[in-house]
Amino acid sequence: MDTVTLGRWQFAITTVYHFLFVPITIAMSMLVAIMQTIWYKTGHARYLQLTKFFGKLLLINFALGVVTGIVQEFQFGMNWSEYSRFVGDVFGAPLALEALLAFFLESTFLGLWIFGWHKLPRFLHLMTIYAVAFGTTLSAVFILAANSWMQNPVGTTFRNGRAELDGLAGFGEVLTNPVFLVTFPHVITAAYMVAGGLMAGICGWWLMKLRREGAERDPEAVAAHRFGAKLGAVVLILASVLTTVSGDLQGKIMTQVQPMKMAAAEALYDTETNADLALFTIGSLDGTKEIFSIKIPGLLSWMSGNETVQGINDLREQYAAEGSSQNDGTRTQLQQEFAADLAENYPGVDPVPNIFMSFWTFRLMIGLGMAGAALGVLMLWLLRKDRLPPQHRLWDKVWTPMMFAMPLLPLFAISFGWIFTEMGRQPWIVAGVMPTAGGVSASVSAASVLISMIVYTLLYGVLAVIEVGLFLRYVKKGLPDDTDVELDDESDADTPMSFAY
Amino acid sequence: MLMETVPTLAIVWYLLIVVLWVGFLFLEGFDFGVGMLLPILGRDEKKRRVLINTIGPVWDGNEVWLLTAGGAMFAAFPGWYSSLFSALYLPLLLMLVGLILRGVAFEYRAKRTETKWRSMLDKFAIVGSFLPTLVLGVGFANFVIGLPNDGLLFNGTLAGLFGPFALLGGVMLLALFLTHGATFITLKTSGSVHESARRLVGKIGWIAVALVGAFVVIQNVMWPANSAFGNFAVIAWAAAAVTIVALAGSVTLTSRGREGWGFVLGGLAIVSLFGGIFVKMYGNLGFAQDGGIAVAEHLNVITAASSPTTLTIMTWAAIIFVPIVVAYQSWSYWVFRKRISTKSIPDDVTVAV
Repeated sequence: MDTVTLGRWQFAITTVYHFLFVPITIAMSMLVAIMQTIWYKTGHARYLQLTKFFGKLLLINFALGVVTGIVQEFQFGMNWSEYSRFVGDVFGAPLALEALLAFFLESTFLGLWIFGWHKLPRFLHLMTIYAVAFGTTLSAVFILAANSWMQNPVGTTFRNGRAELDGLAGFGEVLTNPVFLVTFPHVITAAYMVAGGLMAGICGWWLMKLRREGAERDPEAVAAHRFGAKLGAVVLILASVLTTVSGDLQGKIMTQVQPMKMAAAEALYDTETNADLALFTIGSLDGTKEIFSIKIPGLLSWMSGNETVQGINDLREQYAAEGSSQNDGTRTQLQQEFAADLAENYPGVDPVPNIFMSFWTFRLMIGLGMAGAALGVLMLWLLRKDRLPPQHRLWDKVWTPMMFAMPLLPLFAISFGWIFTEMGRQPWIVAGVMPTAGGVSASVSAASVLISMIVYTLLYGVLAVIEVGLFLRYVKKGLPDDTDVELDDESDADTPMSFAY
Repeated sequence: MLMETVPTLAIVWYLLIVVLWVGFLFLEGFDFGVGMLLPILGRDEKKRRVLINTIGPVWDGNEVWLLTAGGAMFAAFPGWYSSLFSALYLPLLLMLVGLILRGVAFEYRAKRTETKWRSMLDKFAIVGSFLPTLVLGVGFANFVIGLPNDGLLFNGTLAGLFGPFALLGGVMLLALFLTHGATFITLKTSGSVHESARRLVGKIGWIAVALVGAFVVIQNVMWPANSAFGNFAVIAWAAAAVTIVALAGSVTLTSRGREGWGFVLGGLAIVSLFGGIFVKMYGNLGFAQDGGIAVAEHLNVITAASSPTTLTIMTWAAIIFVPIVVAYQSWSYWVFRKRISTKSIPDDVTVAV
């Protein structure tokens, strides 16, 4: 394999893996902050226990998000140095701002939160977890602004042989990129789906365990897990609604800025008016025509926000004739200014992404997300009023898998969503400007990339085993028996601290 | 030789990147040292926990200095970031593996009590502190020499990065960070760990002084800081002198129980050591310069820089946020200012949170 293929595989492996931890980090930090706030307000031990229980799980997850995140920042320069050289003037700034504004905030205040329970006054300590939650969300702002620019390179001019910000106003355009404005809520709410599903799944699993304990069960534990299960399910459902709404808006923007991606997502080969949405399509092997499909009339046109939806074959012809353009025939400034260089330096680019992957990852994203939301609704129904998980042999069997599915369905939906959005952008690394093959490091050998890919894959595999093992261990441990938090006496050096690693 | 005119914003950003790198090396320097000292100063479980808790709340924040330095290079000097990170592909891989293992070690170690689990994660911490230190030492020595390139891209070999001076750089930085870490431990602990750290500084500290001394002298004799961008040889020599004197003073004071001043002087030694290296790298960014080619035709502080627009935006962000970051990180050190001893570590293993 060449460095381009290997580099893409490596980016896919490390990024999808990294993003398994990100949604939980973003949304669970906020849910933990909310539970700690309830404890702060009510002083009820139950909420302290929930805070600490989910706080531990958050930390186990957070650690891997941090360490795999370092690889991400280095990878642009290591594997995609020509991309970095070309776009750094625009793309580098959000990454630097992410580190300066978000990473410092998260890491410093997480340290204060973990070690500060017995050192900081309660209110101040509560604020530290909010700082963490705010930092993780801010981090998403910058990285999504950067990614959205790759999908729709606004605010940029072609100057000095590279992409440069088009003045201060250009920076404003990058931060108000329509793709970014819809992607940010989509990604954030999807993260809340995962965290809600995780809370509901873990507390739901505990409720079944407690139900089986019969009369011996601790009513306080039941009450705590009922609260967690319901809160988690409500968060999952609300977030699902918002994810759907923002996803719908995203589809319309995507159709405008990347018509080819929408056509590939739908395996729509020929331009159609009042286009149907295919639930299932089989195309020919060379990817030029459709053999069989099941369709919902008119739905695709509605999703795209356009009466007429352009097909893959027509878009391909259009590209060959006049180069890359958006749905209404316009281009961004960078796409316009770079067009001549593109035609000269990268002749014969086939502008069609992998249709099989685009089509199916799009459906898996939506399908898994919807299934996760449905489990949230089912959970709320089953736990209505004061009920415990139902007593029936069937439920006994499916309950645990269902609890695992509640976070995993939305989590994998997110993975497929990213695979879709990145593979659907191909063959471009910057949509309509730079082909992916042009962005790879010129001075790095395929052997080096292969070595690093093997190292990351093995290391990440081992870490996954360690992480999941530790995570499940702490789920099974259950609620801690903390009832209150006292400040340590700092005056005497030899007094044991209440908490240490 | 006529000095090249470097745009002010490019100079400002070169200085800011130096600040970020030096901040990282100063802060993570003692983290790396503490990690590597686990088998030496942490002979039993309680002592190892004392060591880990000296940096437990702060190590992650310290590491962000590296991420910010990398991000700032990407934003302010995309040409530098691109050529450098692709040039050092495999060494950086080694460093990343180290950083991954180390982060996991600190965060997961306390989460299980079994000896086997803890000794595995101790190994992660030791290896994970050793690898990045070695890579950084070898790397910066190569920046002093100047990475071979064709004007834009690295065209040397992997083996070529491990010449005698580069190896000296690696060993020198290991000794320096071990000393810096041990000094930090004397500052943050009391009791038996404090005493053995203090005695250790008295031994390895002098090895570090010798290695650092050899490094800065060879650096300035062989590769004086004199280029098309200006002759800074005197400044680099002055930095070298400050480095040696400060480090020797640090070792002397720390081993006599004046660890507060010892730590300050040790920090000054790190600042002046890397300050001197960055003076040498000014203009050429650690890439060998072919004098026969016009400055505008190859990679350097002028051609690698971002546009004035981007640099202006980033400058404002730095002016506003760097002081804020420094303020809250300092506050965090103040919150955790209490010295730790084997007596202050609780017996029963309380699980994180």
